[in-house]
Amino acid sequence: MRFAPRPAEILLQALVLGAVVGVLLFFLHTARERMAAQGIPFSFAFLAQEAGFSLSEGLTYAPGEGLRPYTPSDTYWQAFLAGFLNTLRVAVAGLVLATLLGFAIGAARLSRNPLARGLGFLYVELVRNTPLLLQLFVWYFAVLLKLPPVEGALRFLGIWLSQRGLFLPWIEATPKAYGFLLLLLGTALAVWGLRRYLWAKVLLPLVLLAGLLFLWPPFNFLLPERTAFGVRGGLEVSPEFTALLFGLTVYTAAFIAEVVRGALLSIPRGQWEAARALGLDERTVLRVVILPQAVRIALPPLINQYLNLTKNSSLAVAVAYPDLFSVYNTVANQSGRALEGVLIVMAVYLSISLGISALVNAYNRRVILRWGV
Amino acid sequence: MALRLVWIVMVFLLGLGALAQGSRLDVVKERGRLICGVNAKLPGFGFLDEKTGKYAGFDIDFCKAVAAALFNDPNKVEYVPLDARVRFQAVQNGEVDVAFRNTTVTSSRDGAAGVDFLPVTFYDGQGVMVKKGRAKTLRELEGATFCTTQGTTNEKNISDYIRARRWANTRVLTFEDGQKVMNAFLEGRCDAFTADKSQLIGYKGTTPNPEALEVLRETISKEPLAGMVRENDSRWRDALAWIIYATIQAEEYGITSKNLSQFLKSDSPEIRRFLGLEGTLGKDLGLPQDFAQRILGAVGNYGEIYDRYFGPKSSFAIPRFGTLNALQRQGGLMYSPPFR
Repeated sequence: MRFAPRPAEILLQALVLGAVVGVLLFFLHTARERMAAQGIPFSFAFLAQEAGFSLSEGLTYAPGEGLRPYTPSDTYWQAFLAGFLNTLRVAVAGLVLATLLGFAIGAARLSRNPLARGLGFLYVELVRNTPLLLQLFVWYFAVLLKLPPVEGALRFLGIWLSQRGLFLPWIEATPKAYGFLLLLLGTALAVWGLRRYLWAKVLLPLVLLAGLLFLWPPFNFLLPERTAFGVRGGLEVSPEFTALLFGLTVYTAAFIAEVVRGALLSIPRGQWEAARALGLDERTVLRVVILPQAVRIALPPLINQYLNLTKNSSLAVAVAYPDLFSVYNTVANQSGRALEGVLIVMAVYLSISLGISALVNAYNRRVILRWGV
Repeated sequence: MALRLVWIVMVFLLGLGALAQGSRLDVVKERGRLICGVNAKLPGFGFLDEKTGKYAGFDIDFCKAVAAALFNDPNKVEYVPLDARVRFQAVQNGEVDVAFRNTTVTSSRDGAAGVDFLPVTFYDGQGVMVKKGRAKTLRELEGATFCTTQGTTNEKNISDYIRARRWANTRVLTFEDGQKVMNAFLEGRCDAFTADKSQLIGYKGTTPNPEALEVLRETISKEPLAGMVRENDSRWRDALAWIIYATIQAEEYGITSKNLSQFLKSDSPEIRRFLGLEGTLGKDLGLPQDFAQRILGAVGNYGEIYDRYFGPKSSFAIPRFGTLNALQRQGGLMYSPPFR
């Protein structure tokens, strides 16, 4: 049952809200005024200017060209976009890997096997109790940069692994790729639609063959090659990206493991015993009885960990990975637009975080509805 | 990190809002202590001396010169270490009174960064360091990976250089500070370390085996380094500018920390005016009458400051004669307008 608030309470709350808004507006106003007095106008117009600095990696959008690697002749907003996409790339990969690793470690900590339990305990305590920044340095300087130099790179199946990064063979779509996919799709449909006609069995392979000859090659194979300095070509995974990904994954997985362990332990013993009494085997007990309840408990703290991982990715600059915050640092210095830049960065992190919250909350509502509360 | 962002914005807003309109000169005199932004990690320019545990370096001596001129005590300085990325904000919002932090004067910084520059104290140029044998000239480095420091002019210069030559496959990797660049460079992550030449020589000197490294001969940019103050404070900027000029003027006259007492007996009206024995030069600038004497007593003239950190006996020897850092009459650019 809800009580209607008294007028005095409404008035008080309005006053508090008004005061907070007022103070913020006052700060913004004085900042703009003082900046104007110093000849620094507050404006986002600089975003359209040429950036002029390089980023070691990152895609950006260019009108008419679509997504393509960032170059120094791009504008500041394209540099921000490249940083944003780099942040997104490491955050998404980190979320997936940290979840998998976290669930595995969390399960290991509850295992009946004392070795698995001990290792899980050791992992969580070691990782959780040292600063992430320190772990990033270790991953980058003490692990990845200690790989063999390019001259002695490890090579197998066209893959190159060295301290300059991991280079994998890759494919690149040519302009003919769309036609090629259409041809395959069309042939498949025709085979199904005309399967009763004998002439189709002769004609269709011929059409397919002609089409293939016409549309070959739909993809280019990109093989990594040794150049005078390092390796180029193929799909490149830089040591900077890898160090950040490993750091974020390993660090966050320790917290996720604890969330998982806590959620599993919070299911009353009676649930296990009742399920076993029904004659279900252990796997089914876990899948049908325990996990559906544990996931519901684990979700809210899991969101916290996802948000932490995303925001922690802003430590990227420590290992020279050009994420959004790192790009902001350069932009603020080259353009002098520190306040505008920081507002953009805050807005973007806020959007990412709220986006993740919204997604997981939507999932949360679904599981609550399905299983009831 | 998000907290840090909030913090930066708050400092920005509060700093900009709360400061009074008067000149920083009066604020500093009132406080009795100079707050000087410096580099804490650059051998030669600004670093922590291992023996004394105190800040030392070429830039540090200019902080000391200011403190000596104002308070007759070179130790009345509070040093604030600034990394390259936050230095302009720190000056803009008044966190430091002045920054002597190996900063290159450029038009865009003067125009858009909300700072005013002092006279140039060191003429530098950007160079490239490689492991010996890797390359003899810069031209051979097409396709290489360059490492540099974030938030510097070097970061943009090297991009410009690569673009102008349309080099393919050439990468630039930026780190937070020079020490990390040096680590990654020595580990082999990059083929070349690009920075101001004086910095390269400084970092080279700190490795166990400097002979294995080579600073290439080419210079790809002009890097005149100067102190900076907040924009639109002429009185403060004037006072600091003439403190720097005083060190150069003293060298032109041949006055050093050692022979100062003899010059105090000089009959030359020019020198007597400079040293504050006659006239009102100091007072007109808002400085003590004898500020030049105080500076000389504390840190010496420009040549003495230079030799202390880059002279032949120092660990980062950078020859001065015949370079831009020599006095004007020796073919350099160091020249003081007259004290008159």
